[in-house]
Amino acid sequence: MPIHEKSLIRPENLKTHDNLVIEGIDVSGHWSTFIESRVVTDYNENLEDEIAAMPGGDKIHRCWQCGSCTNACTVNAIEPRFNPRYWIYLIRMGMESELLRDKDIIWQCVSCHKCTHICPRDVEPEGVMKATAHWLTMKGYTPPSPSHIFDEEFTHQIVQRGRIEDTEVLQNFLRKTKQPLMQDWLTAIGFAIAKRLPVKWGIKMAWAQIFKPKTRGWDKARIALEDYIHEVESEQKAVIAGKSKPQQSHAPVREAAE
Amino acid sequence: MVDVTDKAKKYRSVGYYPGCALEGTGNGYDVSTRAIAKKLGLGLREVSNWNCCGAMEVKNVDPKIQTYLSARVLSQAVNEDRVDVVMAPCNGCYHNLKKAEHDLAHDPKSVEVVEKLSTKAGHKAYKAGEAETIHALDWLKATVGEDGLRERTKGKLAGLKIANYYGCMYVRPRHIFPEKDQGPGSESTSQPHFMDDLLAAAGAENVSFPLKTACCGGAHTLSDSDTSTKLVLNILQAAEASGAEVIATECPTCHTGLEMHQVRAEKRFGKKTNVKVLYFTQLLGLALGIGPRALGIHTNISDSMDLIIEKRLI
Repeated sequence: MPIHEKSLIRPENLKTHDNLVIEGIDVSGHWSTFIESRVVTDYNENLEDEIAAMPGGDKIHRCWQCGSCTNACTVNAIEPRFNPRYWIYLIRMGMESELLRDKDIIWQCVSCHKCTHICPRDVEPEGVMKATAHWLTMKGYTPPSPSHIFDEEFTHQIVQRGRIEDTEVLQNFLRKTKQPLMQDWLTAIGFAIAKRLPVKWGIKMAWAQIFKPKTRGWDKARIALEDYIHEVESEQKAVIAGKSKPQQSHAPVREAAE
Repeated sequence: MVDVTDKAKKYRSVGYYPGCALEGTGNGYDVSTRAIAKKLGLGLREVSNWNCCGAMEVKNVDPKIQTYLSARVLSQAVNEDRVDVVMAPCNGCYHNLKKAEHDLAHDPKSVEVVEKLSTKAGHKAYKAGEAETIHALDWLKATVGEDGLRERTKGKLAGLKIANYYGCMYVRPRHIFPEKDQGPGSESTSQPHFMDDLLAAAGAENVSFPLKTACCGGAHTLSDSDTSTKLVLNILQAAEASGAEVIATECPTCHTGLEMHQVRAEKRFGKKTNVKVLYFTQLLGLALGIGPRALGIHTNISDSMDLIIEKRLI
């Protein structure tokens, strides 16, 4: 399958010569630029299975490489290296080292669902992006991304109490990502609202900080969820260790979008 | 075609699922939704002892946990409150409840996980088809409707130029919204128009806005702020270029995202935009003669009072 997005040609593989004659033909200059071919020798034959075992990755085997996902992508429009079609290709071919070149941007998917909306093969590429980001962290290739830290903090609060509290999510996230709580734009927003808010609101916010919003009788649900998360994580680790095969989704492919 | 009169009757009294955002940063949306319901005599019964639907984060840890969390909300509504329609104004909640409904109807594995977790948590498992999830837009469109608004507002929003912004979760992905794209009278996923219809009925002038369903980067508002700011700035500038004075929103994440990154774009990128941001329920509330404070407009980040006074909406 040819890869023809121009951004995929690496600058170091573009060879332009000021003065080069081959077999009597002058091939100097910009119009005679060569592209050095890539040779991939190391494959991870388990790669597709590993991604399929991660949250959201179980439909990756359906991909036809039509490229609708990349074409529709919100992030691709501002970061051309963000290319879901290409990454799905690499994963299915087992080209792990190639995939790792982009390891620091894969987490940037904003979950706008344009890809899932347009995909004719029901791959749910958005889920595959999240699965891949999860896999990168699990394998230790990247530190947990800010998004990963945010997701974990958020999920933790829900598992513990059934609900979240905005201020607590914000504070814990900034603390865990080592960012100052006092950021110019956040303080500007704080001042803007503080000017107009009635005292009643301040009291309400302070109240929510002390007595966190909680779903009544959540303890049983908390234990059920903690057990389930533990179960899912063990399955994921078993697949990565090559001891188990992931469950591919057998849900029928929906009719193609018109 | 859907039977309009049947819906009008069915939606007059619905289960109301505000969700975490409407209790926190999206408070103005909650206050204005309740104020409109009161004014129009519509019944809202808050889902008892609800939990978070999973928002946009939990699925990244495991999608089936999100399905369970949303299914529990629906189970509460059906089994505790005995309602068969759940109205969720927040796009995130609305999307997740719809997604759970779809998964439980089509994916046996999701059914298995939800049943297992529900049993362990000690409540009845929700089954697909027991309740109908609707958005605040569906609710108002079917009950008061455009004719009702025209009569009650007497075109009070006349002269106000509005860009209607729907965001991602209300329309995508198509397959979780089987009732959309069904021809006349139904909502469109590519060119949504329910909010346009309601505000136009209240007299507003809707501008032609190309980014109705663009993404605001809400999922990464904090974790990838620069990307979010770029996406939001694009939306704000497009709205201004379309001649809009205010952007009408119907999602607390989009709304807060637009407001926060409007400030951030000015602070970090030196790009100032002046377009105002209001929930569509706040705009309809003003049109129905409800005061700005009773609609929580003072709890928004951006200050829209100048515009409201200028347009004689008080």
